[in-house]
Amino acid sequence: MKFTIDWLKEHLDTKLNDQMIIDKLTNIGLEVESFESQQSEFDQFIVAKIINAEKHPNADRLSLCDVDIGQGKTVKVVCGAPNAKKNLYTVYAPPGALIPKSQTKLAISKIRGVTSYGMLCSESELKLSNESEGIIDLSSKKYTGEVGKKYFANKNPKVVDISITPNRADCLGLKGIARDLAAAGAGKLKKKNEDKIKFSGSQNIKVKIANDKNQGCTAFGSCLIKGIKNTDSPKWLRDKILSLGQKPISAVVDVTNYVMIDLNRPLHAYDADKIDQGIIVRNSKKGESFEALDNKKYTLEENMCVISDKSGVLGLGGIIGGTRSGTEKDTKNILLESAYFEPKSIRSTSKILNLETDAKYRFERGIDPNSINEGLIKAATLIQKICGGSISKLDISKNKKFNNTLIKFSLGLFQSITGFKVSDKETVKILLDLGFVVKKNKKIFNLTVPSWRPDITQPIDIVEEIVRIKGYDQIRTETPDKIRNKQTLNYQQKLFHFLQRSVASKGYYETVTWSFTDAKINKMFKEDKNEVRIVNPISSDLNVLRSSIFSNLLFYLKKNLDRDITDISLFEIGPVFTGKKPGQQEIVISALRSGMVSRLNWIEKERKVDVFDAKRDVIQSLIEVGLDQKKFHINSKVPNYYHPGKSGAIYQNSSSEKPVALFGEIHPNIIQKLDIKTEALIIFEIFLDKIGQFKNKLKDQKKKYQYSDFQKSERDFAFIIDKNFKVQELVKIISEIDEKLIRNVKIFDLYEGETIPGDKKSVALSVTIQSLEKSLNDQDLENINNLIISTVESKSGAKIRS
Amino acid sequence: MSDIIKIKKEYLSKLNNDLDLNSINQIKSELFGKSGKITNEFKKIGSISANERKKFAYDLNLAKDELQNIIENKLKDNEIKEINLKLQNEQVDVTLPERSFNRGRIHPVSQVIDEISSIFSEIGFSVAEGPDVENEYNNFTALNTPDNHPARDMHDTFYLDDKKEFLLRTHTSPVQIRTMQGGKPPFKIIAPGRTYRSDSDQTHAPMFHQVEGLHIDKNINMGHLKGCLNYFIKEFFEVDKIQMRFRPSHFPFTEPSAEVDIGYKLKNGKIIIGEGDKWLEILGCGMVHPNVLKNVKVDPLKYQGYAFGMGIDRLAMLKYGINDLRAFFETDYRWLNHFGFDPLDVPSNYRGLSR
Repeated sequence: MKFTIDWLKEHLDTKLNDQMIIDKLTNIGLEVESFESQQSEFDQFIVAKIINAEKHPNADRLSLCDVDIGQGKTVKVVCGAPNAKKNLYTVYAPPGALIPKSQTKLAISKIRGVTSYGMLCSESELKLSNESEGIIDLSSKKYTGEVGKKYFANKNPKVVDISITPNRADCLGLKGIARDLAAAGAGKLKKKNEDKIKFSGSQNIKVKIANDKNQGCTAFGSCLIKGIKNTDSPKWLRDKILSLGQKPISAVVDVTNYVMIDLNRPLHAYDADKIDQGIIVRNSKKGESFEALDNKKYTLEENMCVISDKSGVLGLGGIIGGTRSGTEKDTKNILLESAYFEPKSIRSTSKILNLETDAKYRFERGIDPNSINEGLIKAATLIQKICGGSISKLDISKNKKFNNTLIKFSLGLFQSITGFKVSDKETVKILLDLGFVVKKNKKIFNLTVPSWRPDITQPIDIVEEIVRIKGYDQIRTETPDKIRNKQTLNYQQKLFHFLQRSVASKGYYETVTWSFTDAKINKMFKEDKNEVRIVNPISSDLNVLRSSIFSNLLFYLKKNLDRDITDISLFEIGPVFTGKKPGQQEIVISALRSGMVSRLNWIEKERKVDVFDAKRDVIQSLIEVGLDQKKFHINSKVPNYYHPGKSGAIYQNSSSEKPVALFGEIHPNIIQKLDIKTEALIIFEIFLDKIGQFKNKLKDQKKKYQYSDFQKSERDFAFIIDKNFKVQELVKIISEIDEKLIRNVKIFDLYEGETIPGDKKSVALSVTIQSLEKSLNDQDLENINNLIISTVESKSGAKIRS
Repeated sequence: MSDIIKIKKEYLSKLNNDLDLNSINQIKSELFGKSGKITNEFKKIGSISANERKKFAYDLNLAKDELQNIIENKLKDNEIKEINLKLQNEQVDVTLPERSFNRGRIHPVSQVIDEISSIFSEIGFSVAEGPDVENEYNNFTALNTPDNHPARDMHDTFYLDDKKEFLLRTHTSPVQIRTMQGGKPPFKIIAPGRTYRSDSDQTHAPMFHQVEGLHIDKNINMGHLKGCLNYFIKEFFEVDKIQMRFRPSHFPFTEPSAEVDIGYKLKNGKIIIGEGDKWLEILGCGMVHPNVLKNVKVDPLKYQGYAFGMGIDRLAMLKYGINDLRAFFETDYRWLNHFGFDPLDVPSNYRGLSR
């Protein structure tokens, strides 16, 4: 909402200066967004200094000037003036400036083969005098330090721009703003003398509000003004309209706009001669259409509130009028409308038609239903003053009586909510100033809410009014208690924070990407999950909720590779979605690593990242978060975006149904489809919601400390075994032989090749054997040795390599 | 002169020379080898008469110890000499780079969420969360924002179905609803998380982060709200003094409502929080509207309290001098490296919020 202080003062007697008014507005909840002059076309002319001038290479009379235009900028300007000399202070017009004398817009142009950025001005060009001999010579004394500043002072009045919250419909007019300021002690609300008006004749265009279901109009006031001469508005009115940043149109239209801003009372003027018999306010029928004043044709749905006549729709009530009955400069007789439309009806109609107008904005928030007469009289009087004519009696059709809201209020509530006291006397004064009718009965205030405050419906609203006017600075600052009754984070949240930092500590950069993604890329990672479409996406490549984080990670990996960054490690922790209902989401960590390890390294041999890098990072993180690696079960059942032969799934134990993590190389088809250019790309993901909560806290998990000081023996074995036989099983077979003696099994070599059949591999492992009870003698060791060999051979079909 | 003294004298003088390792070992075996001179002397002990034997043995041991000592010392000296000699050839250029290591990064949004959680933890808040996908009721209606309310227009909502029943939450406030529906007062929670609005330009991202606060108990008033926020802002920006301004505003789910500005000044183009004559809006808050309490079956005559919501990304920008919101979500590796945090930098109360 924009207005000038002068306009405000038409409603407010105040001794406050502008800045005090601005501060007051913000303090009572009418936030001032800006307070500055509307831009002027003269703003562009700035003080400049010629820092160098030389002869134009192709023209004797022209000079080529380097001009300092402030803020560290210099431009080249071609100038024909004889006095364009080094160190001259003058006035510069940049490209785009409108030159007052010629009324032409300056463009960047080539003058005799040299480009000139803007122009240095003479007094005559700026219409300051007839002096056209040479450019303006500003006194260097006065203008040193002024370079870059505006040459002309902006004479436009300063305009206040306040943002009005949706509850404050009443402050969409100057009168309402003045009332609020007056209540807050900024002055006195001016009482206007009722405009003296001489009615002649009655309003003889019949108005009927149809008895439709959910009729959007509850009152329709009107009067006829006959025999007018519609003209341009007088200067005072034009200036007001201009100060709002709007364009004056004609006296009739400008007056209705003026009254709307002044009183928050939207009006509409019809050319009375274009109305086909009477006015009917009714619900629209599906398919009806009309051309609105924005020159667009609208086809209506059912049950929109329309103003119509016998020939059809004239306009949408409270939203926009139609061209058929619009006023023009030659309009002789007008019908002025001042009506009340229901916010709900306005809102639903404008939403369907996607229509935004000043009237709609106001009616939607709630117009004072008792302002119909005031608006008609104020506008009719003004139109008569400017355009002449005679005003008919007012005609008010109503189908619903307005009742003010009544509220019982006690100051106890105020103190309980705000924490401080306010006296009865002050309370009464504030409420009276805001327009309430106040009756006090012992401790209870019986309040009648003013008709212009549809937002006030219950006692808490009264608390807000009083504290708002008293000032929020009256509220004390209570020191917070440092008592904690509940743990800050629950188990899942701790897991989140721990794993986030655990993965990052392995060299991955955390990123945050949108929760939505491109359906085309998402398909590659979706598996059998539902696709969750966004009905109104921000763009067609962000049109589904992500089923996996990888679609985004890979997209940004590619962007970074395109920036010539190599060897990238990225991860994100966040939601992925399995359905469109609340809760159909889970928390996942997805990570990727691309390129080489030890690229261009003088001491280490460079190699591609591989599946066992991914496995190391994911396993280490799982161990760090508290899982027991000994219980892990790993298989190669992975989604199809993984490389089928170089990837795995980790289960918390062998009876888990769902994996807690996946790792591996990404499927080469995906790299190819997304055109990702890197030597190697590995990924892993951890499903946080699949990690089971420990039954005990850490303090109870620590087992008794047991160690053995008896002789420890290492025995090495090499087994030749089927290529497909998993090492995990081999280790398990050996570990289970005697859990008390076999402390560790370590794989130290894997061999496939010449000396071994093609479908076999050789696995070399070292077994640590140690007893808790005694030193093992040679015979004991020999026994366990033989047991390992025979058990492995019988259970796995392996052969010990001799 | 006895043999012992003779041997001793002879070898002491031999050992007095500068000897190399071989010569020392040669001497060692001449004396202590299987048929070394000292060894042989020891063999004689048995054949010596009883009354002389004691003295003989004493002298012999003395001589043995002395010679042995000298030989051992000579050997050690020699080893050290050899090590020193070797060291001259064992020099590396330590200014060559170390073996490679990878240092990860925590995103500023995550870091700031941890900072916020740490601060509110100190004054008794716990962390609550809710789903990103919400139903229309929790996101709007329960929060006293019925369908025909113009405040709905202020949220450009992403919808997941044509009936507009399911949507991406436009704020973290539905977590208030879920928390209160699922429990009994008192409530004291913060709820950080992702929020979404279909708005995208230089200063708006379609996804951003908010943190919600809710404190409901029997006697919680606006003074507590002010105190809580004042504490938070001071702790978060790690300054001693903070200028804060509460301005009346409007949110459907709070009444009275306020927006909070903090004072700042510009110094060399950088925002300095805490002093100065300029105001920066950083959050919205208010007393939870009785209609909201009724909607979640909390008796507004018995319980009341405050709620607040603020933009996490914006807090991060202000604190760490980041001036482009969009960059938060663009995964530019260089940006992540520059503005990211070391994973070991866990904000905590005892160690301090940040380094």
